[in-house]
Amino acid sequence: MASTAKFWREQESRYNLEGTRCSNCGSFFFPPRSLCPKCRRKGTIVPYKFKGTGEVVTYTTVYQAPRNNNRQTPYTLAIIELDEGTRMLSEVICEPAQISTGMRVRAVFRKLGEEGEKGIIYYGTKFVPA
Amino acid sequence: MIGIASYGVYVPLYRIKVEEIAKQWGENPANIKSGLLVEEKSVPDLDEDTATMAVEAARAAIRRANLDPKAIGAVYVGSESHPYAVKPTATIVAAAMGAPHLITAADFEFACKAGTAAIQTCMGLVALNKIKYGLAVGADVSQSSPGDALEYSAGAGGAAFVIGQDKIVAEIEEYASFTSDTPDFWRRDLQKYPVHGGRFTGEPAYFRHTIAATEALMERAGLQPTDFDFAVFHQPNGKFPLKAAKTLGFTTAQLEPGLMVTHFGNTYSASSLIGLAATLDMASSSQRILVTSFGSGAGSDAFAFRVTDLIDEVREKAPKVEEFLLSKRYLDYAAYAKHQRKIRM
Ligand SMILES: [Zn+2]
Repeated sequence: MASTAKFWREQESRYNLEGTRCSNCGSFFFPPRSLCPKCRRKGTIVPYKFKGTGEVVTYTTVYQAPRNNNRQTPYTLAIIELDEGTRMLSEVICEPAQISTGMRVRAVFRKLGEEGEKGIIYYGTKFVPA
Repeated sequence: MIGIASYGVYVPLYRIKVEEIAKQWGENPANIKSGLLVEEKSVPDLDEDTATMAVEAARAAIRRANLDPKAIGAVYVGSESHPYAVKPTATIVAAAMGAPHLITAADFEFACKAGTAAIQTCMGLVALNKIKYGLAVGADVSQSSPGDALEYSAGAGGAAFVIGQDKIVAEIEEYASFTSDTPDFWRRDLQKYPVHGGRFTGEPAYFRHTIAATEALMERAGLQPTDFDFAVFHQPNGKFPLKAAKTLGFTTAQLEPGLMVTHFGNTYSASSLIGLAATLDMASSSQRILVTSFGSGAGSDAFAFRVTDLIDEVREKAPKVEEFLLSKRYLDYAAYAKHQRKIRM
């Protein structure tokens, strides 16, 4: 898991799917980018809060978690295409048999992990079937 | 007028039936069900806690009335299961709902009535015109030692209420509170599970405080039980609110819409607030709702709410309590123990 400081810097975008948008060409970016790769200096980057709805592009179910990763198995990771058009990797909370490509999902607020029993708890966005 | 500008609830997807817990301990489920009037209870997912449920409820409240989170000036979260002993849940809720940094925030603790105490605090700041809206949340993932009677009823859930003076869906006409130093239920620092004081839990705790606060409210507001269309009492089980209602002169019909303990269990700080939300889900303009919370230790907060015609504009814009009643997945005891982290891993 990322360091506490790194997590804290990215916290707002993780909590609320806060990314950016290029108002020149209309591209959306998550995680947020401060330069539009298409428009370069012509682009104007503005903050954008994603709606949190999208669909599963592809997925994999993890039955054996890496060592020193004390999460419960199985869990399912998916590439989600948000309705605005940008893609992100996230856990989808569902039974392994429930997920399929094209399945509609929506963002929820969950624990992402914790640094043992004494450390910080990391919160952020996961997805559930919509 | 001060009142509720919006509300939101969250109950986890998972349930365990009384039968499944009773089987584990060799007890008779029929006796337990008729004793508690609880059929099943809600169980959080492995990655859910008081903070995540508080956030989901808060986001639903913001969405329901299409509020700008920047208009929130205070965030208070009441719970007896804050994820951190030191580091307020309210900071996580404020950040995850997009509230501004220029707000006041704190966690409240008063067993199962911390959420209604948060509502009262928001009312004060709103009345002073210090804030436009305050967010009061009650959320809990209740802990009970395995095999304890509480295990049959200790559920999980959250409810959030936005308190303000603008676009009110239910006016707070009056409130009254009753507090005493009573050892009915407690958990010492660093202890995992709470302890209950046996014979102290009923008459001298729940009934004394619930009845005294409700009577004080009715006297202060000049209201009778018949002036209320609905009544919600804290629901540690199904029997206590029914008995309190009867003692005070309220009918089972007044209680019915807000009686959620049968299917969610006791959601602690969220209990009476989820009951209020379920009642707002079906109430009509100008109907009056009594809500009396109870927190061990002990105290009760009683409120008289009067529904306004704005309720119809917001009601459908966030999930109703009924949707959480209908969407559920059952766990067996082994999976439940994992969810509750009762098996240390
Ligand atoms: Zn661009």
